Amino acid sequence: MTPELGQLALILALLLALAQGILPMLGAWHGNRALMAVARPAAAGQAVFVALAFGILVWAFVHFDFSVQYVADNSNLALPWYYRIAAVWGAHEGSLLLWIFILNVWTVALAAFSQKLPEVFAARVLAVMGLIAVGFLAFIIFTSNPFGRLLPMPGDGADLNPVLQDPGMTFHPPVLYTGYVGFSVAFAFSIAALLGGGLEQAWVRWARPWTNIAWAFLTLGIVAGSWWAYAELGWGGWWFWDPVENASFMPWLVGAALIHAQAITEKRGGLRAWTILLSIFAFSLSLLGTFLVRSGVLTSVHAFASDPRRGIFILIFLTLVVGGSLLLYALRAPKVASGKPFKPVSRESALLIGNLMFAVAAAMVLLGTLFPLIGDALNLGRISVGPPYFGFLFPLLMLPVVLLLPFGPFLRWGKGEALMLKQILLRAGIAAAACAIVAAFFVDGQLKAIAGVAAAVWIVAGVLLYAYKRWREMPRGRRYPAEMAGMLLAHLGVGVFMAGVLLSESLSVTSDVRMAPGQTEHIGGYDFRFDGVHRASGPNWRADQGVITVTRDGRQLTVMHPQKRTYLRGQVQTESAVDAGIFRDLYVALGEPMDANKVEDAWSLRLYYKPFIRWIWGGGLLMMLGGFVCAADKRFRLKRAAADAVAAESLQVQETHA
Amino acid sequence: MNRLLPFIGFMLLVALFGFGIWWNSRHDPNAIPTPLLNKPAPAFVLPKLYEPTQTVSKADLLGKPYLLNVFASWCVECGAEHPVLEAEGPTLGVQLVGYNYKDAPADAKRWLAEHGNPYNVLIADEPGNTAIDFGVYGAPESFLIDAHGVIRYKHIGPLTPDVVAGELKPAIAALQKEETP
Repeated sequence: MTPELGQLALILALLLALAQGILPMLGAWHGNRALMAVARPAAAGQAVFVALAFGILVWAFVHFDFSVQYVADNSNLALPWYYRIAAVWGAHEGSLLLWIFILNVWTVALAAFSQKLPEVFAARVLAVMGLIAVGFLAFIIFTSNPFGRLLPMPGDGADLNPVLQDPGMTFHPPVLYTGYVGFSVAFAFSIAALLGGGLEQAWVRWARPWTNIAWAFLTLGIVAGSWWAYAELGWGGWWFWDPVENASFMPWLVGAALIHAQAITEKRGGLRAWTILLSIFAFSLSLLGTFLVRSGVLTSVHAFASDPRRGIFILIFLTLVVGGSLLLYALRAPKVASGKPFKPVSRESALLIGNLMFAVAAAMVLLGTLFPLIGDALNLGRISVGPPYFGFLFPLLMLPVVLLLPFGPFLRWGKGEALMLKQILLRAGIAAAACAIVAAFFVDGQLKAIAGVAAAVWIVAGVLLYAYKRWREMPRGRRYPAEMAGMLLAHLGVGVFMAGVLLSESLSVTSDVRMAPGQTEHIGGYDFRFDGVHRASGPNWRADQGVITVTRDGRQLTVMHPQKRTYLRGQVQTESAVDAGIFRDLYVALGEPMDANKVEDAWSLRLYYKPFIRWIWGGGLLMMLGGFVCAADKRFRLKRAAADAVAAESLQVQETHA
Repeated sequence: MNRLLPFIGFMLLVALFGFGIWWNSRHDPNAIPTPLLNKPAPAFVLPKLYEPTQTVSKADLLGKPYLLNVFASWCVECGAEHPVLEAEGPTLGVQLVGYNYKDAPADAKRWLAEHGNPYNVLIADEPGNTAIDFGVYGAPESFLIDAHGVIRYKHIGPLTPDVVAGELKPAIAALQKEETP
């Protein structure tokens, strides 16, 4: 009976979402306050029912209700409770339910914190959120019902995809979705602004923390996904330019551009049309990501079951949302270039170049991701676009960003002084060159590693120089407001990330070896001794577990236990052993037994020495932290008086439009 | 006009996706073009499952077409396929060769005892090395091999009544037409 209640809750949520999407919109159109007032209660009611449905599905998993098809497909009696909860979003239906649940969390937060916004504007923003919810709820109810029954009820279920049975994977989807869905706020703002006919600077200021938080969550989600791929897939790589990874990376790139564009619009009033366009793109790419992953248009290692009906539904939804908003943009975007003018050497210019590079990079990733499909369309056969394409173009596009990054904060709005720039160029440049020369002695003349050190020092020196300048010039207490501190942290993160990527890629040592017990391999200054394989078992798996003792200069450092697990249903999954460190990771993956006759008990093993690889995720986490810290700035909170002024102003705008 | 560009670009994307959905509905996205199709099957010598001391080679099976069915006791899908083989096997008009893949012989025998044995010949590839030559992607898989040892048809995944009626039987009929001119 309970699962049917979940189904019913979803239907009620859909009805409330329709009310939330349509009535306030009409109210804003005709100036009817009663209709506008529907938005908040409808949003709250929708959230209650969606939360109820979500809770019921969690309950069904926790209590092994295998009469629910989705539960039977994705869990079994032996699955530990934490993976049973994670199994809720382990496949298509449940992950959509998670999506809509998170959308509701954002909507409720928006409803709660938007009290000070002008009534008409807030009504439109909430209505747009409601319309998005309508699309997703209808999608779940009509094509992807998670509460479908399975009769007769089986005694035990199948299994959660073993690839997903990893701590990194339990929280990766919720965090990633929180980021994806968070861009809906900036999107709703832009649509409301286009409908209303103006984008006030004050509203952009109010929208900025939402974008920052969404972007920070997306960053964390991508970091978690990358770490998971590293630990779980057994190839030691941290990024594969896989379509599903790209799907999360494109909104990230556009989101980064949007954060900076919003800063310009908020502070200087310029680039309004561009900010609007970017917020449409950021959310559209989030939807596109969902479409690409869920529709089966692209096949990838992440490929989920594809169903053409679902694909068509998402495509129609995508066309309505993205096509509709781009059309609206074409018709209503601010016509005249507004905002204060700026000189070629100014903070605006630097930010614009960065913006352009991020946008082009996102387009480049999109093209690469869709190219196999274009290949099918033009009948060119099976084409795959892989790391060579992305690995060449992406660094090329990011080079100007890295070069300009230290200058950005030093430049003034409007116009900057060339003299100041020369000083930074000189100091950061000398620091970078000096460190690169020192590094050259340590890395055997590996160009990529030297470039990594130089780039990282260049960025970090630039950030530190600016932090020092503020320390010297600003009075105590006003040196590092949250917005400033967040920016410095995120930019430091870029430097750390660069160092991690370039150093780990150039200095890693990989060795695929056949080892018999007692044999030793020497890699990156470490000795890996293979001590054989024994059996191990867990709640729902059995494994061959290797024992590798690592020593350095005769001193034992650690004993590593890579596993090759066989889950209940026969799925085989490698579980790499990682010895983590700030400056290097040691990584061992167990391959196949190499002699069938078991004379020597030799196995194939993959041994990695990966210097500085943690810095990649460390840099990502710093960027995330920057996003959160920035969002906490008091300046972004709309003050009552200011809000009233905005309200009065917007009413006038309304009248002139009417 | 400039402001319409994003919209136009997006509509091109929509057209591409529409095409993608149409294309995928026509083509099996999991269809991996097998380079072995219409090529001689790889040579193999494998022990019989029930008499491990005796072997069966490719040459032994020449002269008559046969269906090589890759299965394993650990494979869930094989359990779903098994009733189809039991029911349709005798009506196919070709020998059914069971290819036990990466399986402990004891497990395989127990599994066959429980579910029934539709196979005329049973060979075992416990290490799974010969399967690599066949390009086996996972169990179950089925290869239709003609009297000259050439692979004429391949199916990845379980044989369902639809697949048997719509693909396998026509392929066998085409073979038999060739043999009796």
